[in-house]
This record gives sequence, C-alpha cells and structure tokens, in this order.
Amino acid sequence: MSEQLSKEIEGKASVYPQARESLERRLKSEDTSGYGLLIDYEYCTGCHACEVACMKELNLPLNQYGIKLLTDGARQMPDGRWDLNHIPFPTSLCNLCEDRVSKGKMPSCVQHCQALVMSYGPVKELAEKMARKPKMVLFTPQ
Amino acid sequence: MSQKQWQWQDGEYTVTRSTHWSGPGCHDGCGLLYYTKDGKLEKVEGDLDNPYNMGRLCMRCLNQTEAYNHPQRLKWPLKRVGERGENKWERISWDEAYDIIVEKVRYIQKEWGPETICGMEGTGRNIIWQVPYLTYAGFGSPNYVLGFLAGDSCYLPRAAQQAVMNSDFFVCDCAQFFEERYDHPEFVNPKVIVIWGNNPIITNGDGFFGHWIVDEMRMGAKLIVIDPRLTWLASRAEYWLQIRPGTDCALAMGMLNVIINEDLYDHDFVEKWCSGFEELTERVQEYIPEKVAEITWIPKELIEAAARFYAAAKPAAIQWGLAVDQQVTGIATAQAINSLWAITGNTDIPGGNIIAKSGFNVDDGYSCGYKWVSPELQEKRFGNENFPLKKYGLASTAHGDSVLRAIENGGDPYPVKMLWLQTTNTFANMASEAPRVYKAMKSVYFNVVVDLFMTPTAVACADIVLPAGMSAERDSFRAWFSPLRAISKICEYDECKSDEQICLELGKRLHPEAFPWETVADWINWKMGNDKEKYPDAFKIEWSGKTYRERGKTQGLTYRELQEKVYVYPQWQYKKYEKGLLRRDRQPGFNTADGKIQLYIDLFDAFDIDPLPAHIEPPESPYSQPELYKEYPLILTSGTRSWEFFHSEHRQQATMRMFHPQPQVEIHPDTAEKSGIKDGDWVWIESFRGRCKQIAKLVRTIDPRVINAEHGWWFPEKEAAEPSLFGVFDSNINNLTSQCQNGPAGYGAPNKNLLCRVYKVTEENSKVMPGEQVTKKGGWEYVRATF
Ligand code: SF4
Ligand code: SF4
Repeated sequence: MSEQLSKEIEGKASVYPQARESLERRLKSEDTSGYGLLIDYEYCTGCHACEVACMKELNLPLNQYGIKLLTDGARQMPDGRWDLNHIPFPTSLCNLCEDRVSKGKMPSCVQHCQALVMSYGPVKELAEKMARKPKMVLFTPQ
Repeated sequence: MSQKQWQWQDGEYTVTRSTHWSGPGCHDGCGLLYYTKDGKLEKVEGDLDNPYNMGRLCMRCLNQTEAYNHPQRLKWPLKRVGERGENKWERISWDEAYDIIVEKVRYIQKEWGPETICGMEGTGRNIIWQVPYLTYAGFGSPNYVLGFLAGDSCYLPRAAQQAVMNSDFFVCDCAQFFEERYDHPEFVNPKVIVIWGNNPIITNGDGFFGHWIVDEMRMGAKLIVIDPRLTWLASRAEYWLQIRPGTDCALAMGMLNVIINEDLYDHDFVEKWCSGFEELTERVQEYIPEKVAEITWIPKELIEAAARFYAAAKPAAIQWGLAVDQQVTGIATAQAINSLWAITGNTDIPGGNIIAKSGFNVDDGYSCGYKWVSPELQEKRFGNENFPLKKYGLASTAHGDSVLRAIENGGDPYPVKMLWLQTTNTFANMASEAPRVYKAMKSVYFNVVVDLFMTPTAVACADIVLPAGMSAERDSFRAWFSPLRAISKICEYDECKSDEQICLELGKRLHPEAFPWETVADWINWKMGNDKEKYPDAFKIEWSGKTYRERGKTQGLTYRELQEKVYVYPQWQYKKYEKGLLRRDRQPGFNTADGKIQLYIDLFDAFDIDPLPAHIEPPESPYSQPELYKEYPLILTSGTRSWEFFHSEHRQQATMRMFHPQPQVEIHPDTAEKSGIKDGDWVWIESFRGRCKQIAKLVRTIDPRVINAEHGWWFPEKEAAEPSLFGVFDSNINNLTSQCQNGPAGYGAPNKNLLCRVYKVTEENSKVMPGEQVTKKGGWEYVRATF
C-alpha cells in the first residue's frame, strides 16, 4: 500500500460506505401517530401493573398482552455488582390507548405504573426528556 | 379533604371514589375509582386525586373485577352436613345461621365460660377493631387472637418494643401524612434509606405504599438493603448486606458498635432525649465487627461501611419489616434497630423515622371493646399464665401458641371450645407447624368461618360458613395510618354481608346493650367518636378516660360526610417530642416513665427480660444444633411476597396464576447440582417436622447455604374434601415450621430461619403425599415443642 493511500484511510471506519448508505436510504419509512411511550427502565420494578392494566383496558383474554414485561438478570458483573433490569415491551396489540386518550385520560399503563416510570406524549417531547437521563427507552407502537 | 366530588355518572357507568382494603388483601388502603353498572363492578382505576397512591395501582387491585365476579365465591350461609373435612354443606338462611351460633355461644358460655371462645382473624385485614369488638363485647371473651400466628410474630414484637422504648410507632418518612405530600415545605427527602428485612415494593406492609421508596430513590435517596435475597431494591443499593437469616440483632448491634466507637452519633440528641446510652455503649462492645461478621455471614468491611454510610447521612430513615419479628430475637432486634435511628438523631425529623398516627386517632385496633370484659376475665387471657409482660398489659392480643397448647393438653389452664375465624386461612398460611394446628382446630367443639371463598380451613373444621362481602361491598373506613379514608358500599353479591354487618347483627343478638346501633353507619359513627348522647353506655366503654385529643377528634364528622370527602388528612407535625405533643402531661419528651427514648428498657429489667439487645442464635441453626445441621444442611427461609398474591389469597384468579402458576423454591445452582436438581424440577423440602414440595428455581443471588421457599399455597382448582383439602398440605412450607418456640416474653418465632434439606421428587419417594400423611395418618412423628 502506498504511503499516500494509507494516510487517506487512516482513522476511517470504512472507505467505501456508499453501498450500505444507499440501502439505508431505501429502507421503508412510514408515518407514525407521532406519539410514543417513554420508559425509564432504571426504575421499572417489574411490578406487572402495566401488563394487567392493559389486559383490562383492551379486554384481552389470558395469555394475550398489549405490553409485556421483559427481564434481564440478575447477573453478577465482573466488578461484583449485580445487573437486573426490567423493560415493559409494547406488543402489536398496543393501540396507545386510543379510547382513553380521546377522553383526555392517560394510557392505562402510564397512569397505573407503580414506579411512575412511563410517559406518553409526542415523540419529539419524549425524545427531549430522554436526552436528560440515562437508561431510558422510547417505543413508538403505532 | 378532596376537592373533587365522590360520585358521578360516566355514560352507562356510575363512578365512585373510594378506598380499597381487604378483602381480598393487602395491608394497604389505596384510593381508586369503581365503575359499576346495574349494581355490578365492571372496572377499576386508580384515583389520580388521592395523594396516597396518586392514581397508581398494583396488579391485584387492577384485577379486582375478576375477584368480585368469581364464580367460586361463597354466596350464602352454609351448615355442615357431613363429617368435618368431607365438604358437605347445606344452604341455610342468615337467621338460621345466627340462631345456631347464638345457641352454641350461650351453651358454651354456660358450660365452660366465655373465655373458652377465641376470636381470630388474618393479618392486617379490615376487621382489626370489628372482630375484637365482637369477641370482647359479643362473646364476652378476653381471647382475641391472631389466628395461631406463632409468637405474635407480625409487627407485635416491634409494637411491644416501640411501646415501652418510646411509646409510639415509627415509619420511614415519605411525606405520607401530608395532603400535599412531597411538596410540604418542611419535608426533606431522606439521603439514605435502610431497607431492613422486607421488600416494601411488593409487600406494602403496615400501611406503607412500597413504591414511595422508589419515589424517594428517584429524588436522590441512596439505599442500604439488608436481605438474604437480592431483591430489585438490593440490586439498586449502595450496600446490599446479604445476611444469614435470623441474625439481624447481631448486625444492628455491630452497626451500633461502629457508630458509637467511631463517634458518629448525634451527641445533642442522645443527651437531651435518650436514656441508657452508657449501658448500650457497654453492651455494644460485645459486638465488634469481626464477631458480627462471623455471626451474620456479612463481610466485616461491608458492615462497617454501611454503618458509616448510614450515620453520615442526615436525614436517614430505616424502613423495616416482618423479618424483624420472625426470629426469637424479635424484640431485641427491634430495640437495636430503633436505637440506630435514635442515637443518630433521626427520630421524628423530616426525612427520618417519623411517628405514625392513625387518622384522627380513630383506630384503637385490637383493644376495641376490651372494657366489656370484666377484670377477672381479662386476667384469664391466654398468654398471661406464661408471660408476665403480657399480664402486665403489654399484649394487645391473646397468645396464639398458648391457645394451641390449651387445645392440645386437654384444657390447661382451661379448654378452648369455639373458634370464630373471620377471613383467616390459618394452616394454609399464618399458622406455622400447619399439621399440628390443623389437628388442634379439628378437635375444637364448635367453629365458625367467615370468608370470601371456601378455604381449606373451612372445609377441615367449620361447622358454619358465612359469606363475607369484598371491599366495595362494605360501608367501612380506614384509619391505619393517616389519612382517614372512607370505604363505600357500591355493589352487592348474592347473600354476602359485610364484615361489619355480620359482627353487628350477631352482636345485637348476643349482647344487645353492647351493640345499640341500628346500622353499620351508626356503629362507625361511634367508632369515629360521635354520638355521645345517643349511645352513652357504649360511648363510655370506648372513650371514657380519654381526652378529646386521644379519641376520635373528627370534630363531629359523620361517616356519610366522610364518604363524600373521600379522605381527610388530620394535622401532623414533625418533632412532636419538642412540642409537648406526645405526653399526657403535655410536657416535651416521649411518653415513657423518664420522658426519654429508653435505650435501656427499665420495664424489661423489672420482668427479668434483658433490658438491652442481645443476639440469640435461632433455635435450629448450624451453630445452635450442629448435629441437626449435619442432617439438614440448609437454612430455610420463607415468606417472600409475590406480586400476584397476598399471602394465601388470590389463588383462584386465573390472571394471577397465569403470571405465577406454581410454588417456587429458590436454590443456588451449586447447591442444586449436588443433589442433581435442575431448574424447574419438583423438589421435596424437608425438616424433621415434615415436608412439602415446590418447584426449584435456580438463582445465583441466594447464598448456597440458604434456600428460600414460598408460603401460602393451596390450589382452589383441586379437590376440596380430605385428604386433598385443596392440596393445602402438599406445598405448604408450614409443614416444616414450628409453634411454641418463642423468644423472650412470648414474642417472636423462628419462622424465617430454620434448617432443612432438599431432594428431587420421584415417584418412589412420593407414595404418601403430605395431605394424606396429615389428614389420614396423624401427621409426621417428632417431638412437638412446648413451653
Ligand atoms: S398504551 Fe394502552 S394499549 Fe398500549 S400498552 Fe399501555 S395500556 Fe396497553
Ligand atoms: S407498571 Fe411500571 S414499574 Fe411496574 S412493571 Fe410496568 S413499567 Fe415496570
């Protein structure tokens, strides 16, 4: 490799990004409701209130969820501390509580969350809130 | 008082703001909205305008419609027609049921004396003054008992200790006594919270909404968690002290040692407001961190670091729980922990351990109506004969272990002839050494069960079963603790009656002068301190000798008015000891003999009980019984709460069982491997008293020397009649626990710190199931402890 060439590529993660970038441009995009659910998973205690609130709101039979709790851990990290995290994951049945929201109420999961870690609102606002604290996740189910 | 109206119409629904309390459980009383249509409960929501829970609800409350409309609910009174245990019943009317009960009560009172009747209930239920009143005023007996709970080991050790040490009850400050909550100008968020022996986010024990801890964490509080298990809170703690079950007193003494010897305590507060500091200082010298580390299995450095971290934070609070009571050192452990917040100056300050008062002091709890019992009969209360402290008047209930003993020994000091069991599923849950209690209960002459569902307790020993209403089917109230909250009756279910209605109707038949009220609302008005003129005798019994400040003080507020207000927060202040708000003489100080927090409890000295805290080894431990430990090489702890259930309740609800289908025992993978146990295997858990089976859940977060089993399991889907009894004995951890192994003064029981072994369930070793062993073969053979 010539010295000149190796200077040019130094510090670059890739020298031919065009193929990948073109694919990314072509990927499907679609309008959303513009609303989402923001979850602070640092403080989700795994209490299941969101799951049951949603089952009741959507009148779901057993073994159907509008939002489902996922758990990682507890796992001991190399420094000896324990990592344990819960995240409620909106399923394909979540309609962002359209009935409640149209009546001016909060989504049921958001209202009843015992740890108060769920927020509902315009994605833009939620994204701003998200930038102010680590360990958050934003979902756009619709 | 709430600004919003209490009831309105929303389309086809009537919406009512109310409070949920048992039944079904738990210890809490959250604000919610009930949506009813044609008298049926259709929807439940949290009440955003109630500052207690601020619109939040747990999964059990959210699923209430399933409980209320459950097809297995009891619908009308039943009379037993087959043998006890056969589950054969005949429907009878309420009048017939009351007639039978009244006739039996009269006969028993005449033949054996009213003291042979015991009134019992389950933990923390909304009958904490109603059943005592019925027992004392209706049956005329001094024996109101917490359903065979060994050593009164649920809050009562802490209650007795706090009463003598500082005369009030303490709780972690979450601004819970202010309507504006965290916005109150004097409130300060605790810098450090110690979570000691409970998992409040699930248990919500003792009138405490556990997620308030999460609120305070999110406002900056750091945690120290003392627990044998890695709870979610422990995973977020600065310090997790993984303690050997049953050694909490030693740990607290070790922390006191560090705080005193390193001069980290609050000199000013100790000098002004505490007595016995020199004696305590001398005693803690016996608990140097090295020794405490050996006793508790917690590394010395962690003990020291946690003690320093707690002492350096101001304010700091301790939120304690049931594990304190469930050891033979219950009283001493509570005393040592109380000493921690006392000497660090965290008593009744913003963000510290604050004094909890019932809403307007309305709630007189377990002693409601006790004055109807003559002093001679009061003397006879079970427990007095063995425990002088109880005789002295410190006990708020009769002693369950003593009741059991009297049944077993054929009537010494006198027999037990009737059990009134109101929503307590004894040997399914609260009664340790379940097979022993089952046998004793079956032998009692006459038993009445009041409950929501047919339970193992009812099938095994009831002669009459009465159907109780659930929370929204009752006119009632909640005063434990502040605010005072209304519970409003908004629906009915078949022939069910509210607990109040049942107690009142039966009481009126048994002792009309003591039950002069026409309606439940009248009765509650009296309980709220009203109607002095209307019911002078009853008023005198409850309120005479009590100053206006000590009694209701609801300023004439009636029950109907309370319903419309939904809740009322009384005035509440910090540092009451400085303001003369604690003592009867209105002087500053605490309501104790010397006006101080007694780190050295004089009264204990007078009764030959150690006046200072000291560690006592659990009666069955690797150190107290090394030989037994060879045979049973694991420490057994249990009682961990699940999100889905309150103790033995909620097992009928398909939604809860979807989340939590079967009982689970937590075992460390290394321990499991030694016995060839894999995750998901059914295993037998066995002590020398008996065994039960649960599903192994392998977790690395538990000490390999400890296992943690679940409690309260029965299976409403299984056969009701014996030997099955809804499978109540098959997975019952109380086959392994003990009665009559109490701590000093009859308080505390080693329920959470015993010895056991585990092995895989095979066809070979499962020929005789526990149900059959207990109901058909007289239980297991071993020496029953006694005192
Ligand atoms: S927003 Fe509504 S529909 Fe979506 S998960 Fe929450 S409760 Fe369910
Ligand atoms: S209700 Fe809140 S705290 Fe509970 S599991 Fe759902 S997100 Fe987590």
